[in-house]
Amino acid sequence: MSKTLYERIGGEPAVDAAVTIFYRKVLTDQRVSHFFDNTDIDKQIAKQKAFFTMAFGGPNSYTGQDMRNAHAGMVRTGLNEEHFNAVMEHLGATLTELNVPGDLIAEAAAIAESTRNDVLGR
Amino acid sequence: MYTLTIDQNDYPCQPDETVLDALLRENINLSFACKKGTCHSCMVRSTDVTPPSSAQSGLKNTLIKQNYFLACQCYPEQDMQIRLPDQSEFYRMGTVVVNKMLNRNTILLIIAFEDAFEFNAGQFVNLQRSDGLTRSYSTANIPEQSNTLEFHIRRLPGGIFSAWLHDEINVGDSIAVSEPRGHCFYLPERREQGLLLVGTGTGLAPLAGILTDALANGHTGPIHLFHGSREVEDLYRIDEMHQLAEQHPNLHYTPCLSGSHVPEGFAAGRVNEIALSDIPDLKDWRVFLCGHPEMVNQMKKQAFLKGAAIADIYADAFLISVH
Repeated sequence: MSKTLYERIGGEPAVDAAVTIFYRKVLTDQRVSHFFDNTDIDKQIAKQKAFFTMAFGGPNSYTGQDMRNAHAGMVRTGLNEEHFNAVMEHLGATLTELNVPGDLIAEAAAIAESTRNDVLGR
Repeated sequence: MYTLTIDQNDYPCQPDETVLDALLRENINLSFACKKGTCHSCMVRSTDVTPPSSAQSGLKNTLIKQNYFLACQCYPEQDMQIRLPDQSEFYRMGTVVVNKMLNRNTILLIIAFEDAFEFNAGQFVNLQRSDGLTRSYSTANIPEQSNTLEFHIRRLPGGIFSAWLHDEINVGDSIAVSEPRGHCFYLPERREQGLLLVGTGTGLAPLAGILTDALANGHTGPIHLFHGSREVEDLYRIDEMHQLAEQHPNLHYTPCLSGSHVPEGFAAGRVNEIALSDIPDLKDWRVFLCGHPEMVNQMKKQAFLKGAAIADIYADAFLISVH
């Protein structure tokens, strides 16, 4: 059997490395950082870890409805297409920085992209 | 098959079962979500044995030391006694041996116990009045032969419990004290690492304990303590900290004042901003943050952005109870 994307990217250690780089990018990006002003960083890191596990197609139990519920409050305060694109940008840049091969980045981006409508509550 | 014990009740755990699945099967009410070890919702603690390391993957090292583990990732390798997060606490009685003013609104309270009180410097306990009113306070000393716990208690405006401790509790009185809690403490490893300690008000209490512990363990890396408040009258132990810094070349102490009157010898500004401008790069540093919740949460994020690893940031935000 062929390995999953999660395994090919490097499993949990890869997720941990990616979360740190990614979250620093997001928190310093004025386009999206305000969504994180009042959040506890430890809880955020756990959520980002779940996000990356999902983007890598790894073990997670998040459903479309979960993504909808989790982002509903942010949609009410203006979460839109532009913010989603910014996060997608950081996802790609993070994986590039970690020297993940381009075809695997494309796979991860496609998985993250598939949540767009749920995240934006459409 | 192994036995899981909670509060003197025994539950069987089948060989192919996780602790979480066994407890859910037994109708024990335990919160959980992802069942993959990611969300940490089902974190519990073993009170008698070291859990399998696979069940502690991703936890902070101070939690690992206290035998916390993820129930959903734990296939027991022996019988285990388990403490659930919401389980009622064990209290023991101590005797007040010191109650004196540290500054205009803060007392030093020292409580002595007949037997050793095991804790890690920087952890907090709950103090309880006989009518059940309970508040959390950080310890300020390191475990000592005298079996004492030291606290710095600020009188809060309208604070029922702090007023009681300030006005009614005297030397010789008994007081109920819970087991120690919290994961903001020093572990004697990577002794060459820089330590950044930032606190406001009585946030100095846990930081003083952590600092004393680090020095007692022979920490060799630079240790920077920043203690802040608005007015100089609300700082305390200023001379003692200066003296300690003279005795230990790797210790640096900066008292900070955010109000308009800043005498010589004090840094002007918010304590977290002063700390960040003095130490611009926190890569490989260990960071301890205690005190005002807003300062703690802001600084947590800032320390992370300045390069500190999230696993190296220990924080204790002092939440204020209204009733």
